[in-house]
Amino acid sequence: MEKQMTGAEMVIQAFADQGVSHIFGYPGGAVLPIYDALFHQNEIEHILVRHEQAAVHSAEGYARSSGKVGVVLVTSGPGATNAVTGLTDALMDSIPVVCISGQVATHLIGNDAFQECDTVGITRPCTKHNYLVRDVNDLARVLHEAFYVAQNGRPGPVVVDIPKDVQFATGTYVGRENIVHKTYRPKLNAEQPQIAAAVEMIAGAKKPIFYTGGGVINAGPEASRLLRELARLTGVPVTSTLMGLGAFPAASRQWLGMLGMHGTYEANMAMHDCDVMVCIGARFDDRITGRLDAFSPGSKKIHIDIDPSSINKNVKVDLPIIGDCGRVLADLVSAWKARDLQMDRAALDAWWGQIDRWRARNCLAYRASDEIIKPQYAIERLYAATKDKDVYISTEVGQHQMWAAQFFRFEEPNRWMTSGGLGTMGYGLPAAIGAQKAHPDALCIDIAGEASILMNMQEMSTAVQFDLPVKIFILNNKYMGMVRQWQELLHGGRYSHSYSEALPDFVKLADAYGGVGIRCEKPGDLDAAIAEMISVRRPVIFDCIVDQQENCFPMIPSGRAHNEMILGDMAIDLDAAITDEGKMLV
Amino acid sequence: MPQTSEPTERHTLSVLVDNEPGVLARVIGLFSGRGYNIDSLTVSEVSHEGHLSRITIVTTGTPMVIEQIKNQLDRLVPVHRVRDLTVEAASLERELAMVKVRGVGEARGEALRLAEAFRARVIDATRESFVFEITGKSDKIDQFAWLMEPLGLVEVARTGVVAISRGPEGM
Repeated sequence: MEKQMTGAEMVIQAFADQGVSHIFGYPGGAVLPIYDALFHQNEIEHILVRHEQAAVHSAEGYARSSGKVGVVLVTSGPGATNAVTGLTDALMDSIPVVCISGQVATHLIGNDAFQECDTVGITRPCTKHNYLVRDVNDLARVLHEAFYVAQNGRPGPVVVDIPKDVQFATGTYVGRENIVHKTYRPKLNAEQPQIAAAVEMIAGAKKPIFYTGGGVINAGPEASRLLRELARLTGVPVTSTLMGLGAFPAASRQWLGMLGMHGTYEANMAMHDCDVMVCIGARFDDRITGRLDAFSPGSKKIHIDIDPSSINKNVKVDLPIIGDCGRVLADLVSAWKARDLQMDRAALDAWWGQIDRWRARNCLAYRASDEIIKPQYAIERLYAATKDKDVYISTEVGQHQMWAAQFFRFEEPNRWMTSGGLGTMGYGLPAAIGAQKAHPDALCIDIAGEASILMNMQEMSTAVQFDLPVKIFILNNKYMGMVRQWQELLHGGRYSHSYSEALPDFVKLADAYGGVGIRCEKPGDLDAAIAEMISVRRPVIFDCIVDQQENCFPMIPSGRAHNEMILGDMAIDLDAAITDEGKMLV
Repeated sequence: MPQTSEPTERHTLSVLVDNEPGVLARVIGLFSGRGYNIDSLTVSEVSHEGHLSRITIVTTGTPMVIEQIKNQLDRLVPVHRVRDLTVEAASLERELAMVKVRGVGEARGEALRLAEAFRARVIDATRESFVFEITGKSDKIDQFAWLMEPLGLVEVARTGVVAISRGPEGM
């Protein structure tokens, strides 16, 4: 298809051709022509956010819960710079996002014009790729390329910066079918000899483990299904990173829970003691490995990743397999079946026996209370009340995020949205809004802390305006809890600026925004209050007042190995548990 | 924890890229952002019709870091190909320098004699100065500049290293 139209019309046409139905944005001088083109059509719905950072997080929540590309539209200058945190977040967590930014007219670029900034310069290190389009006849190609680059290979954010005169100019639009990218061809299929080597290694293992990550989710629901099949065929225990929760069902006996800094005892001990580790779509992040030179010292490691630069970055592996997780898993399953391989049953039974002994340690146990709501208890009750519903969970960043990861149980992929790599406070509410837009009838809950939520609280207006009945479930301990916990463990209990003074009254705040506020202070009232929250078809702020002193355990102290983790019921000198070298780490 | 201090190696990488605005900034930003070393970097268009530029980077790092650098370069969207000329093939490396020397009398004669020995050409001369053009491996140029120092070395301009593999195959 070739057609004459303005640059602004091309943007809308390209969205339509790419199957975009929703975009998250905020208007301004340099994008007015595109907003005018939006005004003239009804196919694409625009959700007006209250801050551009939230536009990107909403697009991320939309993308992660639906598997589609999230689309953002912002203006030049502050519009673009406000989007930077969201773009970096999407880059770190490999979320496909296309962000269109307006730019001042081409003849003004470089002149310090009003609301000008060097958007491609600023966003170069925080995007997978970016473009400044100076000629309207390049625009259609660039837009289609942007969608291609965002979702192929390791997904990520792509910025297309469009000067205002290019939006007004008329040129030739070409359809997506005419666009073939010149250079970008990610490798999707693994070589067969590597697949053969991998299944032989698994079959020869006595103490195997599958360590899975967000790559399995990104590879689509079929990849999760194949992971389950491979786990069923082999009987191998499965653990997952924060980003990978839901790819493997929490109800399975083979599920060890999350691993890493706040992962379960059984998952981390199994990682440490295994003899064959199969890393599927994860990247040996520092939250996962702990002390690198003591990380799983006795294991052979297989690493499946679509991004060659993830291989041997932190941990040297024995068998790298470059490819799409879904395709590699399919190959592994069929190779396993074709060779009719069997695990060493006796060894595997002994391994499971060991794992069951670790499990019996009951590492997530906490001291229950009738007087005060324990944050873990609040998540457990929230899970119990919502597990049979069509539920999507997002979080902010901090203790509540880790408790949500530990105590909420995910059976399906794409149900869990959290800021893993960047750790962005303020992520959860806009992400829940994005998920709610993609799943209008679902129950979308942002599990929040009272500090994080204030970072993008303004998005309550977006939820109310667009009738998106998201639930904000605040674990309110009046502290930046994770900061407080680290200050307790590392800085002698000097709680420097981690206490949230002058918090708003969240119930009144909900009311002020036109939503519904609920407060709960007693464990005995919790179930009824949660039931009320669920029954309301409007945005709700649920202010759950929890124990201020609770710490998030288990925890691998910085600079320690997996088998040196601290459990909640250990009476140890926490200050001594962390070495001076460890204190240097974050 | 810091990884054990593996010995570092010097590698010469050839990177074929789309000649589009910002591509050099992407490469340099990658090196500075991830803390890699650049010992030398040259870039020039090599195919006008194909819109291709070739970047030659000399870098040092542990084998693991060198591997990372290549993979990180390769995943930049406008990058066509990355070749490690240090390990993948026998290769040739050359650098061009212009060396300005100021002096009269015996020193001037000595500079000229040394230039001849190094096959440097005189491309500018005044009554009290020469500009020499010299090509060769970097250490040859280092050596020449060092010899010129006592003879009135004023300044040196160097291109940085360009490299190509031996034999009939292209990158």
